Amino acid sequence: MTAMLEVKDLEVAYGKIVAVKKISFSVEQGQVVSLIGTNGAGKTTTLRTISGLLRPNSGQINFMGQPIHHVPAHDIVSMGLAHSPEGRRIFPRLSVEENLLLGAFARNDTAAIRTDLDAAYALFPILGERRKQPAGTFSGGEQQMLAMGRAMMSKPKLLMLDEPSMGLSPIMMKVIMTTVTALQQQGTTILLVEQNAQAALKRADYGYVLEVGKIVLHGSGRELLVNDEVRKAYLGED
Amino acid sequence: MSIPTLPDAFVEKHAAKGWPVGLAGVALVIIGTFMSWSFDPNILGDLSVYGYPGGLQILAIILSLLALVLLLTVKGPLASRLGQWLDAALGLRALGLWLLIYMVGVILAIATDSSGLVNVDPGGWISFVGAVLVFAGSQVIPLRELRDLGRARLPGWFEIAAVAVVMAGVLFGAAYALAREDAWSFVLVLVFAGGTVAAMFRTGTMGWFGHVATRRRKVLTLAAFAVAFFFPFTQQGSDANMSIATSVLIFAATAIGLNIVVGLAGLLDLGYIAFLGAGAYVASSLSRSAFATIDWHPPFLVIVLLGGCVSATLGLIIGTPTLRVSGDYLAIVTLGFGEIFRFSMFNLDGNNGPNLTNGPNGIPGIPELAVGGFNFGDEHVVAGITLGRFSNYYFLLLLLMAFVILVFTRLNNSRIGRGWVAIREDEKAAEAMGVNVFGLKLLAFAVGAFLAGLAGTIKAHQDGATSPDQYIFLESAFLLAAIVLGGMGTIAGVLLGATILKLLPEKLRFFSEYRLLLFGLTLVLMMRFRPEGLVANKRRLLEFHEEDEKLATAVESELVEEAK
Repeated sequence: MTAMLEVKDLEVAYGKIVAVKKISFSVEQGQVVSLIGTNGAGKTTTLRTISGLLRPNSGQINFMGQPIHHVPAHDIVSMGLAHSPEGRRIFPRLSVEENLLLGAFARNDTAAIRTDLDAAYALFPILGERRKQPAGTFSGGEQQMLAMGRAMMSKPKLLMLDEPSMGLSPIMMKVIMTTVTALQQQGTTILLVEQNAQAALKRADYGYVLEVGKIVLHGSGRELLVNDEVRKAYLGED
Repeated sequence: MSIPTLPDAFVEKHAAKGWPVGLAGVALVIIGTFMSWSFDPNILGDLSVYGYPGGLQILAIILSLLALVLLLTVKGPLASRLGQWLDAALGLRALGLWLLIYMVGVILAIATDSSGLVNVDPGGWISFVGAVLVFAGSQVIPLRELRDLGRARLPGWFEIAAVAVVMAGVLFGAAYALAREDAWSFVLVLVFAGGTVAAMFRTGTMGWFGHVATRRRKVLTLAAFAVAFFFPFTQQGSDANMSIATSVLIFAATAIGLNIVVGLAGLLDLGYIAFLGAGAYVASSLSRSAFATIDWHPPFLVIVLLGGCVSATLGLIIGTPTLRVSGDYLAIVTLGFGEIFRFSMFNLDGNNGPNLTNGPNGIPGIPELAVGGFNFGDEHVVAGITLGRFSNYYFLLLLLMAFVILVFTRLNNSRIGRGWVAIREDEKAAEAMGVNVFGLKLLAFAVGAFLAGLAGTIKAHQDGATSPDQYIFLESAFLLAAIVLGGMGTIAGVLLGATILKLLPEKLRFFSEYRLLLFGLTLVLMMRFRPEGLVANKRRLLEFHEEDEKLATAVESELVEEAK
């Protein structure tokens, strides 16, 4: 069986600066895969390239067996690949409901969108309570919930989350991470990018460690959690 | 606009005096109007008659009767029914101020038109003193807590009747204002209109009407078109006013097209007039003018569509490479495009390249439109009223306007409209949501250009001549100014903005000399005090008042209600 998402020898550059250097990894259906690394390791660049917001210099990206590295971003969303971008990027002046509806922009099935709206409110009750409130008035954690709910509105087969725990309180982070597991149990495959290695690896079936544009380590989440180098570099242990 | 208020302690001390003083003021104004305001019958129409009010005096009576209604709402027979809803005190302050401005205007007009204040007759002074009293009285009438009139639910027939009355008022007001020949009278009618609108805002009636307008949008739209349709019948075949009206319509239809680009998709286009020009040049070079350059004369409907398509194609050509850049860059590129268009039309005269446009001479002598035996140059008499050449074009343009508005609203309320909102808010996030950012921007550009092209084809026949200097940058700037002044992303606002920008220079000659200065000043003041425009788009309102959470939630709940 081929993997749901396959990245082969991907190289991405901003002008002359090469941010991602020939990395390869894959995400199997039903898995949570974590991509961890420090600032500037190329994690966000990788996600943006997969979702079509950036173009690779070379390499290949296959989603569900089809090459997507030349497909425009809006078509990638319709193929079932959703991207919850770094910094959440919710629409602050739009209400919760409008944000969620924009998440479903690539879809045409109005009736089913209504059902999924209710599903999003069930997943995050606080969103349902404040559906008319402008999203900009929310706390960081609530905005993150909205960003995830919004990404789920496109009914993705693969959900890419870019640093969902950024700037959140430990409690809020736990809520978000529990939701990641819940979404996995509902059948969504997840590619999780995180600086918070502990939280990301604990829930990951498989993990990749990215350092200055290269994958330096990979293994199952549990293996990486106990790996000495990872513990030293990312978990702050001696 | 904020009305200065007196200190609270002063208001409390004199609160009881406000009502009788106001009432006395109303009485004096009305008494004054039954007398002569000026002996010279040539000033401000004719205000020299004793015994009954005439002309502009009637406007003063209407203003003071409105003040009377509000006074009786503060204390008197209307207090029990209207008192808890209408903000009579604030309304009175507004009315008092505007009534005073009105009377000062009258006195100034008489003084400048003749030679000095001696020419103001006692009647004028009595009404002036009355206005002062209404103003003074209103200042000390205390303010009260009120229920939100916007939430009031009145019977359906009442709401529809209100829409009808307001629209009839607009029609009557427009006809009356346009019939004023001299500048002072026109200004005074504007002051009267300003006073009525200010009073409506201050009493909360306007807020209520806004809610009604949202609830009964179809009735409002129909009524507005009915008013527009009947307007030529109020003009008794006056070509002067109808020519202004047609130029307002062309300008407004073009501005609404531009509003799709600027207001909905959020793209700054500084060369939009070129698309109007493209349509006009298509129509003129295919016309039967002796100077037309192409010897093919298809039916007008074909020309209209062709004009739209040529414009849209130009839009696509200019849009495809430039819509990838954003903001300032796009503005500069479109500005350049507008100039390139003008110079191309200037130079395609046979000396440089093919002769398409006759160069700087343009294409004059474009014949009147004739569609299926109906010649637009002919006069027609309908129900005893002569409808001249301009009226014919006016009705055609009304049809165009309906189409443009239809396109605008359909797009705005569609999935495409939601995509545009997302692009305006955050382009990158929109892209990640699966919004085809480039495609939607290009669509906005093409649709906008198409609509301007349609308007251009009609404009060519109505003007009778097409030349490059009609399509200078200043015209693009005026279109943008109409949008900014009226309210980005709205139709009513742009109609208002376009009317103001086209009508005032026509009616006020002294204004037209300084019109650039005055528009500049107005825009600066607007940016400071009301950046969302005269008629605010609800979402734009939020963009300019980000810190106001209460407003934000209120607006959002309305938007969500509407979306359902």
